[in-house]
Amino acid sequence: MITQVASSVESLTLRINGKDVSCRAGDTILQAVRDNDMELPTLCWLEGLTVWGGCRLCMVEIAGSPKLHAACATACQEGMEVQTDSDRLHRYRRMIVELLLAERNHICSVCVSNGHCELQSLAQKLGIDHVRFAYRNPQLEVDNSHDRMRLDHNRCILCTRCVRVCAEVEGARTKDVKGRGVLAAIIHDLDQPWGESETCTSCGKCVNVCPTGALTHRGVAVGEMTKKLAFLPYLTLMREANP
Amino acid sequence: MSESNKKPTVATVWLDGCSGCHMSLLDLDERLITLAGLVDVLHSPVVDDKNFPARVDLTLVEGAVSSEEDYRKARMIRSRSACVLSLGDCAVTGNVPAMRNCFDREALFERAYVENASHPPEPQQRRMGLPVFGVPPLRPKAVPLHQVIKVDVYVPGCPPPADAIWFALCEILAGRTPSITEVTRFGL
Repeated sequence: MITQVASSVESLTLRINGKDVSCRAGDTILQAVRDNDMELPTLCWLEGLTVWGGCRLCMVEIAGSPKLHAACATACQEGMEVQTDSDRLHRYRRMIVELLLAERNHICSVCVSNGHCELQSLAQKLGIDHVRFAYRNPQLEVDNSHDRMRLDHNRCILCTRCVRVCAEVEGARTKDVKGRGVLAAIIHDLDQPWGESETCTSCGKCVNVCPTGALTHRGVAVGEMTKKLAFLPYLTLMREANP
Repeated sequence: MSESNKKPTVATVWLDGCSGCHMSLLDLDERLITLAGLVDVLHSPVVDDKNFPARVDLTLVEGAVSSEEDYRKARMIRSRSACVLSLGDCAVTGNVPAMRNCFDREALFERAYVENASHPPEPQQRRMGLPVFGVPPLRPKAVPLHQVIKVDVYVPGCPPPADAIWFALCEILAGRTPSITEVTRFGL
């Protein structure tokens, strides 16, 4: 049985950072990179959710292409030569994270997610010790209307993980994005207070997939908000096992 | 005396911050004795001489640039220091002092000196409630130090741990640029 499955899956060979690796046809470059224990930063991508390709942190160089490609949204091809790290890529990744930090009010020292934040730890990993761009300091709302959870737009990076988990895993479709560019924001139903949403099931999945302190439980103090992500791979596995 | 003159000179300055970074500096504990043997601290909130020296090798700056006084000091520090180190999140990012930036100054003063005053002044006295004498005017925004002057080394953290400050000082004294994110980060 196992042999049958193995033979029916087409495998590809490609080179990542000069190393020959094999993967299944249809795998993305990001999957191939991580299956081979190599690192590639992501913020919008999350195992168990559909690909968004919005954060642009997983951009890679592919030999023969002058453009950069999002590894999470690009399928592997036979003989492909991929470079996941270079001076150019590192420069862009730094710039992306610095721009995210400058766009809204990420005050790590007073954030409930201080010490448990993917944006904060990624900045440290990329060697960001200051932000070269002027901070925008926008005046943003904190939606405190839900009795158990809170949305702080100051900390939101618009990765849309919450939107996708709400639609794809919980099936509620409460969350969405309004506006464009720097005016874009997460909304509930028809842009009403979260606490007045008729579709929200209060499941809390959005809180746990949020990479920053934008979505949190209420009643947590600085540094106390830890996220639990284990439920998502578990639910995905159960759904694949019992379609 | 002639020997001590050869030691690098250091100054530390406290702008718009809570002095936590200076507390963290004092948390070097017994390493302060080693440090005293390595450098001459000419000017600091913990040193008697209140005049900034004409020339200094390294200046550690805590706090954001928030008032006209901070701005003037920052420019003066740069012109007299060979190396400027941004110490802590307020100097590096603006941090808590910069949380006022999304409000204009009038709204801020109203909140601080009228709405939250324990004895709110009468409407005709409102202007008198605002401090105008003996305090430097507030600039429209509290900004990181590097938006005002060139900064050579950044040590983020709120406050940066003593170990991170020690690491940075040792690296600078050895003529190297510290890889600071190995030991500290924003918000630490």
